Amino acid sequence: MMNWIDIGTIDDIPERGARLVKTPVGCVAVFRTSGDEVFAASNSCPHKGGPLSEGIVHGNKVTCPLHNWVFSLETGEAQGADEGRIATYPIRIEDGRLLLDASALAAKDAA
Amino acid sequence: MQKLVIIGAGMASGRAIEHLLEAAPGAFDITLFNAEPRGNYNRIMLSPVLSGEKTYEEIVTHDADWYEANGVTCRFGEKVVEVDRARKVVVGEKGEVPYDQLIFATGSNAFIIPMPGHDLPGVVTFRDLEDTGAMIEAAGKPGSRAVVIGGGLLGLEAAAALRLRGMDVTVLHIATHLMERQLDPAAGYLLKKDLERRGINVILEAQSKEIVGNGRAEQVNLADGTELPCDIVVMAVGIRPAVSLAQECGLACGRAIEVDAQMRTSDPSVFALGECVEFEGNLFGLVAPLYDQAKVLAATLTGGEATFAMRELSTKLKVTGCDLFSAGDFAEGEGREDIVFRDPARGVYKRLVIENDTLVGAVMYGDTADGNWFFGLIKDGEDISDIRETLIFGPGFLGGDTADPLSAVAALPPEAEICGCNGVCKGDIVAAIDGGATDLGALRATTKASASCGTCTGLVEQVLAVTLGDGFQMPTAQPICGCCDLTHEDVRRLIKSQELKSQEAVWQELGWKTLNGCHVCRPAVNYYLLADWPIEYQDDPQSRFVNERNHANIQKDGTYSVMPRMWGGMTDAAELRAIADAAEKYGAAVKVTGGQRIDLLGITKEDLPHIWRDLNEAGMVSGHAYSKGLRTVKTCVGSDWCRFGTQDSTGLGIKLEKLLWGSWTPHKVKLGVSGCPRNCAEATCKDVGIVCVDSGYQISVAGAAGMEVKETEPLATVKTEDEVLEWTVAFIQLYREGAKYLDRPYKWVAKVGLNWIVEHLSDADTRRALNARFELSQSVYRTDPWAAEVAKSERYTPLADLTLEAAE
Ligand SMILES: Cc1cc2nc3c(=O)[nH]c(=O)nc-3n(C[C@H](O)[C@H](O)[C@H](O)COP(=O)(O)OP(=O)(O)OC[C@H]3O[C@@H](n4cnc5c(N)ncnc54)[C@H](O)[C@@H]3O)c2cc1C
Ligand code: FES
Repeated sequence: MMNWIDIGTIDDIPERGARLVKTPVGCVAVFRTSGDEVFAASNSCPHKGGPLSEGIVHGNKVTCPLHNWVFSLETGEAQGADEGRIATYPIRIEDGRLLLDASALAAKDAA
Repeated sequence: MQKLVIIGAGMASGRAIEHLLEAAPGAFDITLFNAEPRGNYNRIMLSPVLSGEKTYEEIVTHDADWYEANGVTCRFGEKVVEVDRARKVVVGEKGEVPYDQLIFATGSNAFIIPMPGHDLPGVVTFRDLEDTGAMIEAAGKPGSRAVVIGGGLLGLEAAAALRLRGMDVTVLHIATHLMERQLDPAAGYLLKKDLERRGINVILEAQSKEIVGNGRAEQVNLADGTELPCDIVVMAVGIRPAVSLAQECGLACGRAIEVDAQMRTSDPSVFALGECVEFEGNLFGLVAPLYDQAKVLAATLTGGEATFAMRELSTKLKVTGCDLFSAGDFAEGEGREDIVFRDPARGVYKRLVIENDTLVGAVMYGDTADGNWFFGLIKDGEDISDIRETLIFGPGFLGGDTADPLSAVAALPPEAEICGCNGVCKGDIVAAIDGGATDLGALRATTKASASCGTCTGLVEQVLAVTLGDGFQMPTAQPICGCCDLTHEDVRRLIKSQELKSQEAVWQELGWKTLNGCHVCRPAVNYYLLADWPIEYQDDPQSRFVNERNHANIQKDGTYSVMPRMWGGMTDAAELRAIADAAEKYGAAVKVTGGQRIDLLGITKEDLPHIWRDLNEAGMVSGHAYSKGLRTVKTCVGSDWCRFGTQDSTGLGIKLEKLLWGSWTPHKVKLGVSGCPRNCAEATCKDVGIVCVDSGYQISVAGAAGMEVKETEPLATVKTEDEVLEWTVAFIQLYREGAKYLDRPYKWVAKVGLNWIVEHLSDADTRRALNARFELSQSVYRTDPWAAEVAKSERYTPLADLTLEAAE
């Protein structure tokens, strides 16, 4: 079952940027692309834990600020030669409000 | 006969009446009210009427004879003031009319921002013939000026038309690019450029504050203090459905009159269509769906069966020469892929958005010939996986060429400057090539192009390649990254010669292959733009690496280090006390650095604005220990205290630091000032080192003390402190303007040669010009970023905390 929680508005996030949301499974980064699309994914880089919310957002990808691993925000997959994946979470926009699916955050915890 | 009353003789009701008369001639006794003193005309053609390309007579769709011939009773110029649904009568200004069936077709009203002065005469909207007439009249005065508020479809059509009539036109738009609802930033950029080419002034992110004037609109003032004198103000900021009449008579309304798929309102004998309706939460602003509604309504009223459904829409701007096309949904999104095509020489941009092997959106600029073909694919939801490879080239694709990376150079006009050092333009080079100079060496010998600083070498080679065609073998140069085919040097040069002043401009004109670059090119391009266009270009924090964006150095545990500036390495008891207090309050580790200041380590991101505020209050500012910019000016105590000191090295260091702080450079810059040749400040391994001697000052540059260690090389020996400042700034500005991003000065000097730099800076005029450009840039950047960030402190906190909620 989905449990959509209002976490703020799209304007709270800079275009081509990100903000953090604290959750029971750790920090989740909420990204906003140049096309005003939003994505939610784990903030922590599988390489050495770099904070992905601090990375440069380009297209639908983010580059980790520590060692430049690049992740697709859609699939969570590391791009290019690097291997790894970040968890992604359902998020949607309704009337400019950002709704994050809290049930997905809890489910990941149980798994 | 059924008595049918229609309120509003607009585009939607006009079409509905045609269908009705066709389906059931003579079945209805129609009375048509219209507030405008005329019948139906093609409202969307008001733009060409405004520009003078058409007359009003040409756009009338139903004239008096037509209404007469079809037995429609016209009550034009009469507003309906009330609807009494209980008695089934419509009350016009001149009397009542009973109805069996009623249609609302009241359209929309133009929205007016209620800013001070909005009600002055001379402020108009763009909705009907009266508005159009008022604008034409204003344009009739020679030398008259218009301010158009709103850079959407209507505002731009008005602006282009008024410009065609010879007015001086300024468009104010609140968003970061024009027509942001229909276009993406890349297409918006091209549109702006085209409009500017026609002489229309476009101001983006404009905050209109007020309209002022003596009895009529004479000037628009913006929040940033800009004043725009004008003779007319056109407000084109959007429309609002005209629903007050419907609301007053109790029909169900959301944002507009709610209708079902048969166009019926909450009252079974009352219908509505056009821009005044809301269907399943959707509002309407283009005629295509309104024509569908007209068909459905006619069927409903004549006992037929029809259902209205939403459909895809496409947009074109009716400005001759601005070819744009947008359809479908082109937001980036999960599972979506982009195909981007750019042809900078022709000003063409095309972007297709694909999802699940179908085309879902298209934005095109410059060449929209295939727009309708793409629109067809979007509407049909056809599987495009088989044609995907060549899709962007349109239906006529036969295999063959893609965009030419050299086209940016080919497009340069002959007078474009290629080699700035020697003032050689493209035409000179082409002439030399035609005269037999067919390689770089020969070109350098004949024209001097690229014979000095060398940053234009790549460009000169491209001019060779373009001019000679296959006869030229291009040496392979390393492009910045996979997003483009150009080297750093080429991009720098083209930003200057083509006057590219935004990231969108660079991506488009230089043929970027990605939507908005990557982590390699974005910081470089951002730096080049702010270095070359300090006033026009605004620094983009989202194109900076984390440390520069957060004005602190991130540590491996995710905390940050904070370092206040200590001018010339001097501090005092009050500052030290404030630092001690901050260290205690925020639990920081304290480290004395090699740059003569104090580092506070282990600060969380959320605490950054707080510690900055505390340090600001004690009079301290950012030390920029994180930036590709001026770091420190290390000094020794100098003649004030030292028995060997020959000059006031500390004082000079402070002067240098106060002059240079805040400036961005291709890589970090460190200075040292030593008071005597014993060199206690270790000045001779800095980027710029000053050693004081009895007779004056020795300035040397291009040292290094990192992975590589290198002694500085002498630049000049001067007599006065003022000369030290002038030479130092000139050197740093030359580095700022010429070096590749992430090259320290010693690397750049090795590439261009110290001789060239010395020769260049020996000219007093050149030094003065470099100082003037540096000072212009510093008028923007010589400020404390901490103070600015404290004001935006919410950026440093999490957006939300769900740790409590989800636990429940
Ligand atoms: C300059 C301009 C350019 C445009 N360009 C395009 C384009 O390129 N493509 C496109 O698809 N669309 C375009 N549009 C939009 C298009 O014109 C509208 O979508 C369309 O006209 C709406 O039709 P309508 O019948 O709902 O309303 P309207 O055509 O506005 O008709 C409503 C009528 O109702 C009358 N009325 C309102 N209240 C009352 C009342 N109480 N009593 C009596 N009468 C009343 C009004 O006076 C008006 O005449 C453009 C619009 C403008 C203004
Ligand atoms: S921690 Fe992300 S790339 Fe190393």
